[in-house]
Amino acid sequence: MQRRDFLKLLAVAPLTAWSGGAAYAAAVRGDYRRLLVLIELKGGNDGLNTVIPYADANYYRLRPRLGIARDQVLQLDETTGLHPSLKALLPLWQGRELAIVQGVGYPQPSLSHFRSIEIWDTAADSDAYLDEGWLSRLFEHNPPPRHFAADGVVVGSPDLGPLAGGRTRVVALTNTEQFLRQAQRMEAPTGTSRNPALAHLLKVEGDIRQAASGLKSEYRFRAEFPKSLFGNSLKTAAQVVAANSQVAVIKVTHNGFDTHGNQRNAHARLLTELAEGLAAFKAALQEINRWDSTLLMSYAEFGRRPQENGSNGTDHGTAAPHFVLGGRVKGGLYGERPSLTDLDGGNLRYNVDFRSLYATAVEKWWGLPTAGLFGSRYRPLDVVKV
Amino acid sequence: MRLIWLLLSIFPLPAVAAGMGYNDARHLLGRTGFAATEQEIQEYAGLSRAQAVDRLLAAVTTEARTPPPASVMEFIPPHKLRARRQDASEAERKQFLREQIEKSLELRAWWLREMLDTGSPLTERMTLFWHNHFVSAQQKVKSLALMARQNLLLRRHALGNFGELLHAVAKDPAMVVYLDNVSNKKGSPNENFAREVMELFTLGEGHYSEQDIKEAARAFTGWSLDRRTGEFRFYRFLHDDGEKTVLGRRGRFNGDEVLDILLAQPATAEFITHKLWREFVSPEPDSLEVQRLAAVFRSSRYDIKALLRALFTSEAFYAPPHRAVLVKSPVEFTVGTLRLFGIHPQDLRPLALATRQLGQDLFGPPNVKGWPGGEAWINSSTLLARRQLLARLFRAEEMPVEAMGPTDKLDRRTQRLGLAMTDYRFHAPRWFGQFPGSSGQRHTQITRLVLAAMPHESPAATGDDAGFLNALVLDPVYQLK
Repeated sequence: MQRRDFLKLLAVAPLTAWSGGAAYAAAVRGDYRRLLVLIELKGGNDGLNTVIPYADANYYRLRPRLGIARDQVLQLDETTGLHPSLKALLPLWQGRELAIVQGVGYPQPSLSHFRSIEIWDTAADSDAYLDEGWLSRLFEHNPPPRHFAADGVVVGSPDLGPLAGGRTRVVALTNTEQFLRQAQRMEAPTGTSRNPALAHLLKVEGDIRQAASGLKSEYRFRAEFPKSLFGNSLKTAAQVVAANSQVAVIKVTHNGFDTHGNQRNAHARLLTELAEGLAAFKAALQEINRWDSTLLMSYAEFGRRPQENGSNGTDHGTAAPHFVLGGRVKGGLYGERPSLTDLDGGNLRYNVDFRSLYATAVEKWWGLPTAGLFGSRYRPLDVVKV
Repeated sequence: MRLIWLLLSIFPLPAVAAGMGYNDARHLLGRTGFAATEQEIQEYAGLSRAQAVDRLLAAVTTEARTPPPASVMEFIPPHKLRARRQDASEAERKQFLREQIEKSLELRAWWLREMLDTGSPLTERMTLFWHNHFVSAQQKVKSLALMARQNLLLRRHALGNFGELLHAVAKDPAMVVYLDNVSNKKGSPNENFAREVMELFTLGEGHYSEQDIKEAARAFTGWSLDRRTGEFRFYRFLHDDGEKTVLGRRGRFNGDEVLDILLAQPATAEFITHKLWREFVSPEPDSLEVQRLAAVFRSSRYDIKALLRALFTSEAFYAPPHRAVLVKSPVEFTVGTLRLFGIHPQDLRPLALATRQLGQDLFGPPNVKGWPGGEAWINSSTLLARRQLLARLFRAEEMPVEAMGPTDKLDRRTQRLGLAMTDYRFHAPRWFGQFPGSSGQRHTQITRLVLAAMPHESPAATGDDAGFLNALVLDPVYQLK
């Protein structure tokens, strides 16, 4: 049996059959040729105006000025629809390559940007403080192959997020060509240091050298990316995928979702950029035959409060819907639409823990165990075709 | 090489044997300023630690050397700004945007000039520290005049009294806009300021409840600004003067009274001391020492100078394990490099752009928590950009300003301004002239001046001066202080 087939089998086998023994778990290396792309909606996306419960009168009661009129909503079924600016995602939805997971959150939510994104990045409980990102913890025990250009690439933000800490090999890019040009001038670093700051510098130098040797690519995409910051970031991400060596994870940040005031136009623009960017990314990955081996997931520190505020905006909230998409995604709606009447201090109650999304990536996508990764056990979603 | 370094660190040079010595002086000045010159270090080396710290604190100022550019200081009321944009033709709009960007750069260049030319680097470092503590950002505040006024306010109180600073910042128009207190009204409170004043400015997370935030927010209702002048203004009819319970205390508190309740909490002094430790001493504060120093801070009624005197004369500040363990921020790295190597460009706008590309856009911190700093300053993009900048200065190599690639409209437009670092040049003969003596002696002196610790890779001992220096600044240790 080929190793790849064996791993595929593992991925479908019931968890109990193989996640038990630590020795066995350690032997499973996972199939990191399957790429995970995380899309960070930085600032906290207004989920209620993204995936819209247009048939619920409470929605219009809570959003007298910001509510999206029923006839403008892109209706997905008789109760739920998308913001009109997400039009470019409709072909993915119709092709059943887009899953929408509703009500994603966690218990005792923090409404602070920093604390909440830290919780998401480290996959910690609300009252626990962890130093390493959840992917860094996973890679500690199940590292991607050494010959990969890097374990992860971060585009559009200096923040390493789930890839922070540990020994994770990660590079932050704005533009691949410039990165390669500059990296060529650096000599390979030697040794390490007991001074943590110096050790960090040496590690970054090492990561640069290796990434530079692996991220060369001559490929020119026919797909056109939208001319926005996020469009550029996705283009850079696609170039990384097209390179001669691989990476296991790419994180792309889409900035500007902290819409406390005058939200309407700003949010529409953000969602247009999101949808058009993702559609272009799909076209690009299809060109290089990687769409079926790529899984995209959105995430954010929180959603926003159902009741609009006095500044035509929305304040920090809790649960929100998230997107999972890719060539092997089972499209459709997942999770439950949070109630707009049974609120928790004015905020939505979650029904899918965000760690279930992570568990989906780890177990269903990579075929790796999550035992010990999140403290508790979170059930993965049945959202990936095998 | 290593042996000489070791001997130097154990036995100070005879000429300065009476005082704290060269290495302590370098450490003190490097940590509290922007890289010291050889001459400055020699002046301090003869002083005791206490004398040196007294001298640093005596030099502190409350005013900038030059006022911010007049073009920036003009406050344009938001409604006029809007009207100007709406009535304008496409060409006029572009021209307006261009002017805004030029002004933004002029404001940044002005502050960088202060840092470069100041007689009290500590004043500018503390102004920057408070800018990163009481964060406001131009992206949201929009008005450059308000950002500039806030900078003057932070400098005025930078080494004054923390309580006064807190009260002043809470009424600072840029802050009132940045944390949405302009929309904090009786009956529809906006909690943003109340949350951050507890989480980030005073107590730190875990010392208050969500309910405390809700109640405190009501106390700050009506704190807003006069839209014609951009001055702080209290609107009584928007103020909720009902009873509030904050941190266990009950009363019809106004905003100032809530700030005093926060100042009365021991957590505040510890939180600030902890943060100053991370700024000046090491990434991992010693909790017992922090408690001791926080007690000094409280008993002095939040006198910032008293706290810094205790911090800069503490054993921990000079302890060998704390040397060279902090990463230079982009501003420290760039301003420090220019100061250290005597580079005095006419136009500092390109430097403003460089710090931005390295991850520290003055007047534009990424979010209310400020720049995270430390190791987060260094990732693959920023490290390459730092090296690129050094190459530009030392090898006279052309570096286009877009070295890191345009990341947004401001970058792209700024490039069109055609800024170039034409006079960002290191004058080798003049600088090396400070170090007479044999090549070996010279290289030893240069090493202890330029690096906070032994180089990670020892440069070839036989190299020429320029090659030797080039190897030193490209050594990873050059990124540390």
